Amino acid sequence: MSAYLGDVAALARKDLRLELRARDTLPAMLLFVLATLVVFHFALPADVGDDPAYGLLWVALVFTSLLGLARAWVPEREAGALDGLVLAPSDRSAIWLGKTIASLAFLAAAEVVALPAFVLFFAPLDANALAGVVLASVGICAVGSLVSAMAAASRGREVLLPLIFLPLAIPIVVGGVGSSISEEPAKFLAFLGLYDAVFAILSWAAFEYVVTE
Amino acid sequence: MADTPLVVARGVERRYGARRVLRDLSFELGHGDALVVTGPNGSGKTTLLRLLVGLAVPSRGTLEVGVDRARLGFVGHEPLVYRELTALENLDLFGRLYRVPERRERIGMLLERFGLWDARGERVSAFSRGMTQRLALCRALLHEPELLVLDEPHSALDAQGAELLDEELDQLAGRSTLVVATHEPARLDALSTARLALGAA
Repeated sequence: MSAYLGDVAALARKDLRLELRARDTLPAMLLFVLATLVVFHFALPADVGDDPAYGLLWVALVFTSLLGLARAWVPEREAGALDGLVLAPSDRSAIWLGKTIASLAFLAAAEVVALPAFVLFFAPLDANALAGVVLASVGICAVGSLVSAMAAASRGREVLLPLIFLPLAIPIVVGGVGSSISEEPAKFLAFLGLYDAVFAILSWAAFEYVVTE
Repeated sequence: MADTPLVVARGVERRYGARRVLRDLSFELGHGDALVVTGPNGSGKTTLLRLLVGLAVPSRGTLEVGVDRARLGFVGHEPLVYRELTALENLDLFGRLYRVPERRERIGMLLERFGLWDARGERVSAFSRGMTQRLALCRALLHEPELLVLDEPHSALDAQGAELLDEELDQLAGRSTLVVATHEPARLDALSTARLALGAA
C-alpha cells in the first residue's frame, strides 16, 4: 500500500513540477474563471437576486475545470510518456489517481481566486456552499481525469472531452447549486459525496481498460 | 531456439481496420535468445514489438510472453519520457515506478555510460534526437530487464552512441532475451540467435 501511495505521490509531484515549468494550464484557468465571472457580472441584471448568480458560479467552475482537463494528458501524449507509464509495473490506477490529485490542485488554485471574486461581484458563500465546492471539485477531477484520458487517446479529443464530460458533470452542478441555495443543503452535500465515492471507484477500476487495448 | 520458450507466438495476426499488418506469424523465443527482426517500412516490425510488450493485442492468434512488466524493457520509436523533465528527473520517476534498488547509483552509472551525465540536469526538450535516444535506452535498461525489446535502437545515434549500444547489447547477450527490429542487421550478426524477416504488408 505504501508503495502504491508512493507511486501516486511521485506521479502527482511530476505533474505539479511540469506545470510549474510550463505554466500553460493554471494561468489559463485563472484568467478564464476571472473573465467568466466578470462577463457574468455585467450580463446578469442587477435585480434578479442571488440565486441565479450561484448557478453561474457553477457554470464558471465546470468550464474552468474543463479547460484544465483538456490539457491534463498533454505531457503524456508528447514523446509517448503514457506508454512508458503503462509499461511500468506499478498499478495503472496510480496513474489516474496521480492525475486526479494534480488536477484537483490546479482546480483548487483556480477556486482560491474565483470564490473571493464571486463574493466580490455577486453574493456571499456560506460553509455549505464551500463544502459543495470541495466535494464537487473532487468529483469533477475524478471523472474528468478518466474522461480526458479516454479523449486523449482518440483523434477527436477536443470534441470528445466536453461531449462526454459535460453530461457526467450535470449531477455535480445539481448538487453544487443545491448546496448553495437549498434550505436543506445537507441532502445535496450527501448527494455530492455519494457521487464522488461512486465515480471515483468506477474511474479507479476502469482506468486500466482506458489505457490498454 | 531454447527448449523452454519465453515467447510463444502462434498464428498471430494484427489488423488496423481493413489493413492487415501481420499475418499468421509463429515463432518461439527462449531465455537468452536474440531475435533480429527485419523488413521494409510498413512490414509490421513496430507492430510486432508493441504486441510483444503488451502495448497492443493480436487481432487473431495467441502471443504468450513469459515475463511480467517489471522485467520487460522497451525502446520504441518515441522515447517514452517527459520532454519537460530533465534526464535525471525522468530516470528517477521511472526508477521509482520500477522499484529499482539503489536507484540513484544505477541512474548515475547509466547516465555516465551513455554519455549523458553532464546533461543530466537539462530538460529533454533541449536534447538532440541522439541524446533523446540515449536517454530512452537508459530508461529501458534501468531495471535490468529480462526481455529487452528494441525498435530500431541505432536510429538517431551517432557512431559513438551506436558503438556504446553495441557494447551494451553484447554484454546483455545470453543474459537477457533480446528482440531487436533493425534496418542494419549486420550490426547484430555476432549476437543474433534467430532472425525473422517480415514481408511488405
